[in-house]
Amino acid sequence: MHALEGGFANAPIDAAHAFRAVMNVTARPGVIEAVQGATPPAPLSIAAGVVVLTLCDPETPIFLTPRYDTPAVRDWIAFHTGAPICAPADAAFALGEWDQMPVGEFPLGTSEYPDRSTTLIVELPELSTDGATLRGPGIEHTATLSLPEIETFQSNAQHFPRGLDFLFTCADRLAGLPRTTKVS
Amino acid sequence: MDGSDPNAARKAWMSMLAKSPATLLAQLWGAFVPPQHSVLRAPEIGGVMVRGRAGAVGAAFNLGEMTVTRASIKLSDGTVGHGYVQGRDKAQALTAALIDAMMQTDVAPRVQAEILTPLGNAMDQMKSTRAAKAAATKVDFFTMVRGED
Amino acid sequence: MYVAVKGGERAIDNAHAWLAEERRGDSAVAELSVPQIREQLALAVNRVMAEGSLYDPDLAALAIKQSRGDLIEAIFLIRAYRTTLPRLGASLPVETEQMSCDRRVSATFKDAPGGQILGPTFDYTHRLLDFKLAADGEVPQAAQTTGREEQTPHIMSFLDREDLIQVEGEGADVPDDLTRAPMELPASRALRLQALTRGDEGFILGMAYSTQRGHARNHAFVAELRIGAVPVEMDIPELGFAIEIGEVTLTECETVNQFKGSKTEPPQFTRGYGLVFGMTERKAISMALVDRALRWAELGEDNVGAPAQDEEFVLYHCDNIQATGFLEHIKLPHYVDFQSELELIRKLRREATALQQVAE
Repeated sequence: MHALEGGFANAPIDAAHAFRAVMNVTARPGVIEAVQGATPPAPLSIAAGVVVLTLCDPETPIFLTPRYDTPAVRDWIAFHTGAPICAPADAAFALGEWDQMPVGEFPLGTSEYPDRSTTLIVELPELSTDGATLRGPGIEHTATLSLPEIETFQSNAQHFPRGLDFLFTCADRLAGLPRTTKVS
Repeated sequence: MDGSDPNAARKAWMSMLAKSPATLLAQLWGAFVPPQHSVLRAPEIGGVMVRGRAGAVGAAFNLGEMTVTRASIKLSDGTVGHGYVQGRDKAQALTAALIDAMMQTDVAPRVQAEILTPLGNAMDQMKSTRAAKAAATKVDFFTMVRGED
Repeated sequence: MYVAVKGGERAIDNAHAWLAEERRGDSAVAELSVPQIREQLALAVNRVMAEGSLYDPDLAALAIKQSRGDLIEAIFLIRAYRTTLPRLGASLPVETEQMSCDRRVSATFKDAPGGQILGPTFDYTHRLLDFKLAADGEVPQAAQTTGREEQTPHIMSFLDREDLIQVEGEGADVPDDLTRAPMELPASRALRLQALTRGDEGFILGMAYSTQRGHARNHAFVAELRIGAVPVEMDIPELGFAIEIGEVTLTECETVNQFKGSKTEPPQFTRGYGLVFGMTERKAISMALVDRALRWAELGEDNVGAPAQDEEFVLYHCDNIQATGFLEHIKLPHYVDFQSELELIRKLRREATALQQVAE
């Protein structure tokens, strides 16, 4: 497949649907939604591709973990979003597998501008509602999600209102974990 | 421009297409049957932030945006063409992308002769007419004879 | 008691319909087309592009038509449209040295290389109404002579060679952008220049004039004023190289100011800089003067308390869309706010009257 293919067929409509899915999973941590419309190059999942097409542009630098930093991925991101590839400290987004993410190096935002932090798009081999217990805004009592670990997310929530936000992707499915969620 | 720049020729034709008058390009393109192609990026209108330099030589600053329309296509032989044009004419962006692709194939000489050369000549003509009018408003100073002699 | 009210929909619809009719004016008079506005009211179009911060003559002309010639309303329409555009990227800084000059004058050097090119100027006209324009008339052809092919060097570069002019500093690779992040003070020069170039022409002119009249001791010479078309280049990520994506007409003004020197700087000339979309000469000169006045701190000068030296005052009040938005909102319904004001003033009066009676 050509690196310049695999974008949204109908960008305004596809991006609107995808944005709604991203918003829903962020507003309701633990909920998993299916998305479609992107055919990104390997190793990106469909869901990760959809998120990149929907949220990234020339003003959102992306950090790629080594396995994801391939010429095909770079060309695809450059053509479809124009987002520059960057070091962790400059990242608006980070994309890759969990154990390769330099979590401590991403910006957490400032007290004045907590939005100036990184959103991590974490590719998981499995994504289900079996796993860690989640509490907080958007969750009535508790929810569960197959997080790759617990401690990092616990300490991340302590920086509030600063902190990282997470989107978990697996095949065509998507879940979210904002900095407001308490994990146990 | 560095003569050894491998992208110099493509840069030149893409730049000319970007600045071309849409009606003139459409007229010249009218004589061509568009080749088979698929659209990689449908024509998209956007803004580009134009930058200047403080004091013309110093630090960059943001001057304001301009409208730009872009499109990308792929010919059936796999050649990819990109079109970027100033303004909001989607047909012009698609035409520019097709011409960019065709200029990379063996129909390039015909595209050059029937579109790019006449287009370039017309644009040069417009530019030199303006320069000629400007030149006519150049001040010729002459020194007045001083009165004390 | 708080009473929520709604209504007026029919009145609003009818008002807008009447607006459309009034905009058209007397239907016995031919309707203005957008190309007519673009071609024949070009300086209004240029102002709308500069302050609307979007270079697109057709859109600016449409906005002028829609706003019935109210340029601030037209600028508002352009600013609103601008926000709907995806940002495809940022250009490389334009090289004004490459400008094909329609006009280029210097008030400091008579015999500058490239010469004094007057261009299509109002200068040296008598400012007498031309009644020939009231009737349809033939336009005489502009004269032509052999045009200049080579680039026109900047006048400042000659002073620069002698080390007589302050050196321009480097800045951030990605300059601050007030359309993307809220303005923070003290502002970088990049942010100041961005705010000034899209600022209200009248406000910037007034500020510049105040420096000439003695507020901030700013005695500027126009070293160079040039107007013309400049190519705009942008790096294209999918190509891996830069192409020209268009051409914009700009007005550039460079001023020189005398500078006695400071603890860190020798006596030399300093610069003020104006760069504005379109043929917008008054605005570009004004911008250069205000830019220079705002530079007091970086040049080690005293703040003499002049309004034009006050960054907060200038940058927060130069935007006519922000200003008009806040100003004009006070004509919209404030029934509830005013009701509480009314109750407060009645209460205060009752108390004052009661106190008076006790005193008597």
